[in-house]
Amino acid sequence: MKYNAIVIGVSAGGMEALSTIIPQLSPDLPVPVLIVQHMSPDSDSYLIERLNELSDIKVKEAEDKEKVREGVVYFAPPNYHLLVDDEGILSLSGDERVNYARPAIDVLFESAADVYCPGLIGVILTGANQDGSAGLKKIKEEGGIAIVQDPETAFVDRMPRAALEVVEADHILPLETIGAMLNTLAIIDSIVLD
Amino acid sequence: MGNIKRENIEIQLLLDAIFQKYGYDFRSYSRAHVKRRILRRLAMTDLETVSDMIKEVLYHPDFFDKLLLDLSINVTEMFRDPSFYMTVRKEIIPVLRTYPFLKIWHAGCSTGEEIYSLAILLQEEGLYGRVQIYATDFNEVVLEKAKEGIYPIDFIKDYTVNYQQAGGTRSFSDYYSAHYDYVIMKKALRERVVFADHNLVTDGVFGEMNMIICRNVLIYFNQELQGNVHKLFLESLCPGGFLCLGSKESLRFSKYYDSFTAVLEKEKIYRKKYGDIIAPLKKQPVPETQGPISKI
Repeated sequence: MKYNAIVIGVSAGGMEALSTIIPQLSPDLPVPVLIVQHMSPDSDSYLIERLNELSDIKVKEAEDKEKVREGVVYFAPPNYHLLVDDEGILSLSGDERVNYARPAIDVLFESAADVYCPGLIGVILTGANQDGSAGLKKIKEEGGIAIVQDPETAFVDRMPRAALEVVEADHILPLETIGAMLNTLAIIDSIVLD
Repeated sequence: MGNIKRENIEIQLLLDAIFQKYGYDFRSYSRAHVKRRILRRLAMTDLETVSDMIKEVLYHPDFFDKLLLDLSINVTEMFRDPSFYMTVRKEIIPVLRTYPFLKIWHAGCSTGEEIYSLAILLQEEGLYGRVQIYATDFNEVVLEKAKEGIYPIDFIKDYTVNYQQAGGTRSFSDYYSAHYDYVIMKKALRERVVFADHNLVTDGVFGEMNMIICRNVLIYFNQELQGNVHKLFLESLCPGGFLCLGSKESLRFSKYYDSFTAVLEKEKIYRKKYGDIIAPLKKQPVPETQGPISKI
């Protein structure tokens, strides 16, 4: 299977989780990575700057009508939903909150599923709510891959557990191995099976 | 896996039906956004598929009215992004002060909260007496609300904080009177405002403006439609006129980027370049010392 994109949803405990996963990603990743991290509407760009320093792969805030590129990690800006339009054009939206969140993981996952499935990898990490479950379910229904952080290794296990209740995950992994798995799926699988 | 493809066909047909019957054109909106709004409405009905909605839209205008409200984003607040208003106060007002008469177009004003914010700011800066504000939206329902200027009192606390952060110089309660659960904005704030129906997707140049404010509207459009509207704004601005977009709306990916100068990139405030005519203007550029306002 050749994959087109990776989407990641994370909430409480995200700083630590992402600081583990993102620096493990290969700068040659042949797919874009789109991330929703729940945060306060007036957060600054510290998380992005920090992850950019720690990682070889480029990390940036998603801009409206930007075309996604391979090997780049995009974050939904605080207070905006991030959606993927046809041809991998990113759109932002100030639409009402979903699951009490803006940006919401479901909004990203569902729109990404429309454009990228079946070649989409969805990842749910630590968090204290159930945002992302519906989106991950849609990714699975449309033939994509679902990865969920092993709740035992999550800072807060509610979000991974909520996802596992509605989705039969392809991989349930401890935090430390998720980055390597994403590299494998995106790089190795596309070479071997293409 | 056929679901997505079928749904996309249905949505295209629904948007075609809406355009042909009602003249509202959502075909060039961000597809992901439109799809989300339509599916959300679908989930609130007894209908099973988007195809069922087509019949509903064609035969029941009431249903269309609901869908129209869904498709027009009406998330707004007073002094939204206070730092924008603070920047206008500090950086833009001194320039606007040099004009003897001002025309400001607030495109996509929704329920009007930002119109009253602008009117308050201009009053405090002593410019209100020589300004004409055009507040437009394509949705008549929200435009009517904007005209009324009645808002739930629950929001006033947040608005007051915004007002203060935006550099407000008085007490925010000077600008409204409270009646039970609502406040009504003072009439004077509407005196220099013309509320008008204008659709950025289908309607043309609006007049020659010193400043255009259009915040968090264009993100819902696709890139091509954004470009059309950038051109419309360019043609509607006087040379040196200001264009104020939402904090996440950049001209960077627009083909009209070179026709503007980024004055304050962080707040997405741009100026139309002088002497840079990109397309035949529909009328001669009016000198900055223009006389009384012409009818729009």
